[in-house]
Amino acid sequence: MTFLNQYPKAAKVTKANFIVAFTALAIGGLFGFIQALHRTNIFRGFFNSGEYYTLLTGHGVLLALIFTTFFIAGLFVWGVTRSLEREPESMTFTWSWFWLMVVGLVMATIAILGGLVPNSSIRAAVLYTFYPPLQAHPLFYIGLALVLVGSWMAGADWFRSYNKWRKEHPDDRIPILTFMALFTMLMWYVCTIGLALEVVGLLIPWSLGWVTEIEPLLPRTLFWFFGHAVVYFWLLPAYYVWYAILPKLSGGRLFSDSMTRIVFIIFLILSTPVGYHHQYADAGISVGFKFYAMATTMLLLLPSLMTLFTVVASMEHGARQRGGKGLLKWIGKLPWDSPAFAGCALAGIMFAAGGFSGMINAGMNVNILIHNTLWVPGHFHLTVGTAVALTFMAISYWLVPQLTGRKLNFKTLALIQPYAWFLGMTLMSNAMHRAGLAGVPRRTAEVEYSGFEFEPVFGSMAEMNWQIAIGGTILTISLILFLWVIISTWLGGEKSERPVDDHIPTPLSGTEHTPPILDNMKLWVILALILVVLAYSFPLWEMVKDGIFEPGALPRPSLFLPFF
Amino acid sequence: MHIHKFERFWIKLSFVLIAFFIVTVIVGFVAMDLKVIGDYQTVDPQNLGDTPFGNPGVREVMKNGQTEYEVYVQTIQFAFMPGTASPITVPANTRVTFYITSPDVLHGFEVVGTNLNSMAIPGQVAKFTTIFPEARTYGIVCNEYCGPAHHVMEGLIEVVPKSEFDKSNLVE
Repeated sequence: MTFLNQYPKAAKVTKANFIVAFTALAIGGLFGFIQALHRTNIFRGFFNSGEYYTLLTGHGVLLALIFTTFFIAGLFVWGVTRSLEREPESMTFTWSWFWLMVVGLVMATIAILGGLVPNSSIRAAVLYTFYPPLQAHPLFYIGLALVLVGSWMAGADWFRSYNKWRKEHPDDRIPILTFMALFTMLMWYVCTIGLALEVVGLLIPWSLGWVTEIEPLLPRTLFWFFGHAVVYFWLLPAYYVWYAILPKLSGGRLFSDSMTRIVFIIFLILSTPVGYHHQYADAGISVGFKFYAMATTMLLLLPSLMTLFTVVASMEHGARQRGGKGLLKWIGKLPWDSPAFAGCALAGIMFAAGGFSGMINAGMNVNILIHNTLWVPGHFHLTVGTAVALTFMAISYWLVPQLTGRKLNFKTLALIQPYAWFLGMTLMSNAMHRAGLAGVPRRTAEVEYSGFEFEPVFGSMAEMNWQIAIGGTILTISLILFLWVIISTWLGGEKSERPVDDHIPTPLSGTEHTPPILDNMKLWVILALILVVLAYSFPLWEMVKDGIFEPGALPRPSLFLPFF
Repeated sequence: MHIHKFERFWIKLSFVLIAFFIVTVIVGFVAMDLKVIGDYQTVDPQNLGDTPFGNPGVREVMKNGQTEYEVYVQTIQFAFMPGTASPITVPANTRVTFYITSPDVLHGFEVVGTNLNSMAIPGQVAKFTTIFPEARTYGIVCNEYCGPAHHVMEGLIEVVPKSEFDKSNLVE
């Protein structure tokens, strides 16, 4: 019996979410390929440099917001259903959040792609951070708001299942797969307060013309209230896979149940009050609050370093179960020929590299050297672009068979795919980091300036441009391999009662060692809210006390200028 | 709660690393004068004409008996005023304080290859001080997306030897 046969209703919901996620991945990835060739000046024939920003907006929104959110929703439906051993409580409710998110995503996508239609008034070339006073069409903001409300309802759906389960199991510990999903959603509720205030309270009325002026710093600050925690909203589901599934794929079991819970609790508490570390270079926020955000950011290294320990320890245990010996020789005994394992493990290795560049970003004064340079996308293509995206792709090789009741097709291609991603990202990301150190800005269609030359510390501009373009091409090939394997499995894989081994063993140190206080959701949410209030109440008050829309700037529609 | 002894050791090590990072930043602040931009003042972005930004450029001021310079820069779609049409010219080995704001959308003000890097936010004035150690030309780029011609937004800073600094281009 696989997941499809045990929970056919939940399987259908997860599949629907995955279809949307993979479609967004395909389109967003294609945009990324075009950008890699365009900004390096290898090939600029697809679109002009004004249209580049429409593609860049599409790349960011479709990958960072849509692919992630839908994949996470599908993954959590799978995990919550399986670990609580119950189908969703009301299919009407479940399908309503799914369709609400779909409607929202279609609205936002129409607004973005309108930018490629000549003379269209529907445009949203504002990038996925949509800082005003650059203004998108109202469809864009309303669409994003609907996706947000849909994601809140999805979380409510899982809490509802949990509450029903709790009534029947008053003395049981929260199963770890549900625990991690619920704590991720609690963090999501805390951080999306900022996004909801920004989009619904400021941007929608402003884009509809009900108010004309806007104070740029306020929505920017509210965005970053949400904008770093969203990183953990992407990352925690990857941790979910690394904690719950990767040990099993390595042939072992999770190292420690209680440490897993502690890590998720720390993320709930510390993920939101760190937002100013994206605003170190902003005027209008005092150095003291920036320092507070930096200290909490640095503390967030702790749960990630703990994760490193637990994941490596679990994998070592697995390798030793498979006959691995020696201090490091056991690494060779890991199942490097399994696409799901190899993808997750390679994603983890890249995440370590991304963690190091992240430590630079977090340091308040070192950050200024690389702020808004190509270093920053170099960093987050290691974290969200690999640690998260590659983990999601890899675990799909293990999940999609369970959801469709079909064995994986083209196993060799599936195995090549994560290694190709790793190679492509190594080329692209190292060059982006180095270009950033030389001062090359991010988010720009062309990096040839007339008055001066960049002076890279290592390598040359031409070499870095080629690495970015070749890396981007290899990533695109890897993405095509992924889509090909998944589509052919989904439509034509060999039918099987048990297409993969989906048994998840209990942890080495199990719930019997886990203190009950770790499951006290109220306590941890209150702590999280206190830290948010400490971080944000005074600066936000400073911004709004002279009027919510003051000092006001006039909107600048993201107009198309054929001249450029 | 059961925590493996290796894991205990690892957690302690992690705290040491975190403390080390925070200490390096504090040392940078206190000992190396590596400041970051803070809260300076707000300004009405639609009426910059009433402020020093209405007449942007380099000004000479006396502070603590020393001659220093103040540079007021407006970042607009898609130019630095001054910086793009004519370079910002300042002397080497002298304190120079930049004041930067924007009348339209968000921009960046990045002096390429240095850690002079600031957002330009309508309504907010970014203020930072530096001393250019040698005479040379620096590029300025806008490093925050500001619209469809963002990629052409650039400028120059000319740092000249103190003795050759021409005061006739200063603004009042």
